[in-house]
Amino acid sequence: MNTRIAPFFARAADSDLWHSFKRTPGAVIAAIVTLAIVLGAVFAPVVAPHNPFDLASLNIMDANTPPSWEEGGSPDFLLGTDDQGRDILSAVLYGSRVSLLVGFASVLFSMVLGVSLGLVSGYAGGRLDSFIMRVADVQLSFPAILVALLIDGVARGILPRDMHDELALYVLIFAIGISGWVQYARTVRGSTLVERNKEYVQAARLIGIGPFTILRRHILPNVMGPVLVIATIHLAVAIITEATLSFLGVGVPPTAPSLGTLIRIGNSYLFSGMWWISIFPGIALVALVLSVNLLGDWLRDALNPKLR
Amino acid sequence: MLSFIANRLFQALLVMLTVALIAFSMFRYVGDPVASMVGQDTTPEQREQLREQLGLNDPFVVQYAHFVANAARGDFGISYRHRRPVSELIEERLPATLELSIVSAVMALALGIPMGIYTALRRRGVLSKAFMALSLAGISLPTFLIGILLILFFGVQLRWLPSFGRGDVVSLGWWTTGLLTKSGLLALIMPAITLALFQMTLIMRLVRAEMLEVLRADFIKFARARGLPERLINFRHALKNTMVPVITITGLQLGSIIAFAIITETVFQWPGMGLLFIQAVSMVDIPVMAAYLVLIAFMFVVINLIVDLLYFAVDPRLRVRSK
Repeated sequence: MNTRIAPFFARAADSDLWHSFKRTPGAVIAAIVTLAIVLGAVFAPVVAPHNPFDLASLNIMDANTPPSWEEGGSPDFLLGTDDQGRDILSAVLYGSRVSLLVGFASVLFSMVLGVSLGLVSGYAGGRLDSFIMRVADVQLSFPAILVALLIDGVARGILPRDMHDELALYVLIFAIGISGWVQYARTVRGSTLVERNKEYVQAARLIGIGPFTILRRHILPNVMGPVLVIATIHLAVAIITEATLSFLGVGVPPTAPSLGTLIRIGNSYLFSGMWWISIFPGIALVALVLSVNLLGDWLRDALNPKLR
Repeated sequence: MLSFIANRLFQALLVMLTVALIAFSMFRYVGDPVASMVGQDTTPEQREQLREQLGLNDPFVVQYAHFVANAARGDFGISYRHRRPVSELIEERLPATLELSIVSAVMALALGIPMGIYTALRRRGVLSKAFMALSLAGISLPTFLIGILLILFFGVQLRWLPSFGRGDVVSLGWWTTGLLTKSGLLALIMPAITLALFQMTLIMRLVRAEMLEVLRADFIKFARARGLPERLINFRHALKNTMVPVITITGLQLGSIIAFAIITETVFQWPGMGLLFIQAVSMVDIPVMAAYLVLIAFMFVVINLIVDLLYFAVDPRLRVRSK
């Protein structure tokens, strides 16, 4: 195994992408921040000082403690506590977990759906192509957040109430995923139209390889560059969409609060001066989204041969 | 040009019918409309009678045709939750949302376009760098967070501006406006900024990108070679050619402002359609959701149509080709 990994790292360290990465301080900082948040989220049960969802460890006497550097703060709760005595720092760590999970899952869903439809659309052409692109046009004329809201609302109507909370996370991933596939499909379709007339594809067709194998083995690897850029920027959008839906109260169930839910909870305490309940989750959210956006910008420039 | 308009109108009609189909299917198949309208003590006979009366036993196509015909007249049935005609609810809320959206759109355009031009022309300037940093923040800050921060500073800490509601409104027949009273104007400031900021950054980045692209084009080099003054090149030649894509995206953005108003209205408890819609989503008030969907789709379609027609005004090449 070692013999296979070592050359991979050697190649990666010598690649254009790595050189450009090293020369872009913004990208390096963004990568570090993203990595820190992802690690904090993944290892939340280990890193977090408290378990905010363990009802037994909550004490109402700790409720509404300000951050430790403010008057009345406690060193036990670095960033203060909310109305139920939950440690904000721990809640943020656990919340990033939900936000990142929904973000990654819905991007993956969008990507698989959009790339498949784009490949099929571009390769098959004809009626199927124009049908898929028509649907894409109609959906594109609505903002993603509205599409996601509608799907969520309909799901609420179809699913029985007690099941809804359980399935809310999947509904949310589905709703955000569906709202984002168009960009992938359009880009991939465009590249597929170019690739399918190239000689290597014609050669593959000549020796009798089936269309699905051609799409998967030959065309797919050649259209993935732009898809990665879209996916990175889409991740930021998906995280914001999730936070927004949760903030509006139609996102994740309150039993598994994401960063957006935490901000929503804190919003009602803003007027009583308890700013920390929503501001710290807000900072985490912005840091995450900003870093991912910066990485996306860098990746787009680095993969663009025109700018080299 | 006439065939182009006819073609566009036909497409717009098709989109509207599709959206109406989605809205109708929602109304018909998400939950039971009869069960949502009657109380516990209604007998099965009465339910059946209501079912017949509402035409729910008719064939699908007939029901759909009814729905479209009613929707075209602005009749979307009765809200499950408010027990009032949906059209009435929307009529009450529409002015609030439109005022907020239009003020934000004007703000976003009036600030975004000049900032975009400036950052494209003075690419290395300090102010340009500041604008670009601001725009990155504008894209990464979710709308609702901007709203919360504004409330925290100007509403809670400084107490300069009201944090929720629409202030006093003046009724002008069928339109109620908050633009004529002091409290109405004060209440508008923070929601309008919240809504405009994201759009402004988008417009600014777009204008900048397009402008940079155009400034590299051959006809600009030629204009420089002719010795035209810089100001003339930038504004007469470059800016004009930047505007086509800018108009498209801006048009689409106008539509999304109305949709994003949902978030702003929730943060500031602004009594508009967005707030109505979000309450409908969480209460599964299907008629309101369906009506909102159709209305928003209609606005989008109209805006798209106007944008397409504007092309003719802006791009002379299209006029020549269609002759």
